[in-house]
Amino acid sequence: MNTLLNNLDLFTTGFRNTLILFVVSGIFALILGTIVATLRVSPIPAMRGAATLYINVVRNTPLTLVLFFFALGYPKLGLVEIDFMTAAIIGLSLYTATYVAEAVRSGINTVPVGQAEAARAIGLPFTQTLTLVVLPQAFRAVIPPMFSVFIALLKNTTVAAGFSVLEAGAIRSNLSERGEPAMAGLLWVALVFVLLVFILSFVQRKLEKKWKVAR
Amino acid sequence: MTSVLFDSPGPKARTRYRILGVVTALVIIAIVGFIVLRFAESGQFDAKKWRLFTFPLVQQTIVQSVGATLSAFATAAILSLALGILLAFGRLSDRRWISLPCYGFTEFFRAIPLLILMMIFYYGLPPLGVQGITPFTAVVAGLVLYNGSVLAEVFRAGIESLPRGQSEAGYAIGLRKSAVMTNILLPQAIRSMLPVIISQLVVILKDTALGFIVTYNEILFQAKYFGSQAQYGSPIIPSAIIAGVLYVGMCLILAGIAKWLESRMRRSPKVAKVAKSDIVAVEG
Repeated sequence: MNTLLNNLDLFTTGFRNTLILFVVSGIFALILGTIVATLRVSPIPAMRGAATLYINVVRNTPLTLVLFFFALGYPKLGLVEIDFMTAAIIGLSLYTATYVAEAVRSGINTVPVGQAEAARAIGLPFTQTLTLVVLPQAFRAVIPPMFSVFIALLKNTTVAAGFSVLEAGAIRSNLSERGEPAMAGLLWVALVFVLLVFILSFVQRKLEKKWKVAR
Repeated sequence: MTSVLFDSPGPKARTRYRILGVVTALVIIAIVGFIVLRFAESGQFDAKKWRLFTFPLVQQTIVQSVGATLSAFATAAILSLALGILLAFGRLSDRRWISLPCYGFTEFFRAIPLLILMMIFYYGLPPLGVQGITPFTAVVAGLVLYNGSVLAEVFRAGIESLPRGQSEAGYAIGLRKSAVMTNILLPQAIRSMLPVIISQLVVILKDTALGFIVTYNEILFQAKYFGSQAQYGSPIIPSAIIAGVLYVGMCLILAGIAKWLESRMRRSPKVAKVAKSDIVAVEG
């Protein structure tokens, strides 16, 4: 308990940065992932191909390597300078977007065929069929897998600690500079994560109940 | 390809699709071209930056680091499959004093970030007097605890999705619960869950890269070491490219095996049909 109370400043900044990483990259990943999923089911082969390539390459790359590239490789390219936090947000968003895209696509597949057929029958083009009829239903069906994507994102934010972002994963090294026992600090970090994950799964169950598709 | 989402295109739509297709291709070429141009302009393709990787000793080290990644992957994969089966049986046990701890175990270890688990082993245990923790054991222990818990849920979902007649028939011919589990339910569950199990193995392979942060001598760790060699122009981007190609290649091979198995299984009538919604989403 003392380890936590004496270093509350470290823990609060650490977890604040973790939450910032989580929320910001979550929003970007949701937007980008939905766009990529739309491209993947679009009638234009070039768009489908591009989206599939992006998903296959990024899904098969470790997140650590993605962050490695943005944190250590990117500054060498002489483009606009970004700090480590932004680099981590870009990496996490690009990585998580592929999982969001796959979740959304599986959701699109669960929407009964009749829905899209009815939309086409009244003359809606592809974009309207998707955005007005299919996607709103797909998002409801996809809440459980989407939440496991976000829980994974929350846990993945710790990887950014390896690339100079002061967040929850970096609390240990800062604690050891102050001479605190590593184990106690790590266990507190683990406990907070367990708590955060439980909160997320609680929200998931609430949303599932609220948005249940009546069929 | 036919899709329920759009009508088969008429003459007007076909031209529109063609134009949009060309525009997409141009945009992609522009993005890729910009990246390649940027790489070239900042000298990432200079022979000087790649010279380091022409030395036999360096190539040997890279092969060794691939070996380190693969050995951590293989050890963790086998152990987490075993742990997963054990925990799944535990959770399905009729005795609450077995099933409850197993439930707690899986939920707890699935909620902790893998990196924190590895750190607990690597930085947390030695000061408490635990001897012999190497980066390898820390990486493998973290991977096994996390993926074992995830796989336990996969096995459980597989067993529970089997038709009830399977276990009832087993009991009817006088088998005990343990025999029903190991001889009847588990083989079928493994067959029907094989695609999910293999995609979890891909996750294990990818997560070995976290060993980089707890100083395990694997691909990414070597990549960073080579990338910081100043006398060769700090080739961090070339070494990131090499690491990326290695990882994507290894993962694609595993994913290819998964796809091949899936198509093989779909033809087999023996596999019980698992409802897609029963399969828990597995994420890395």
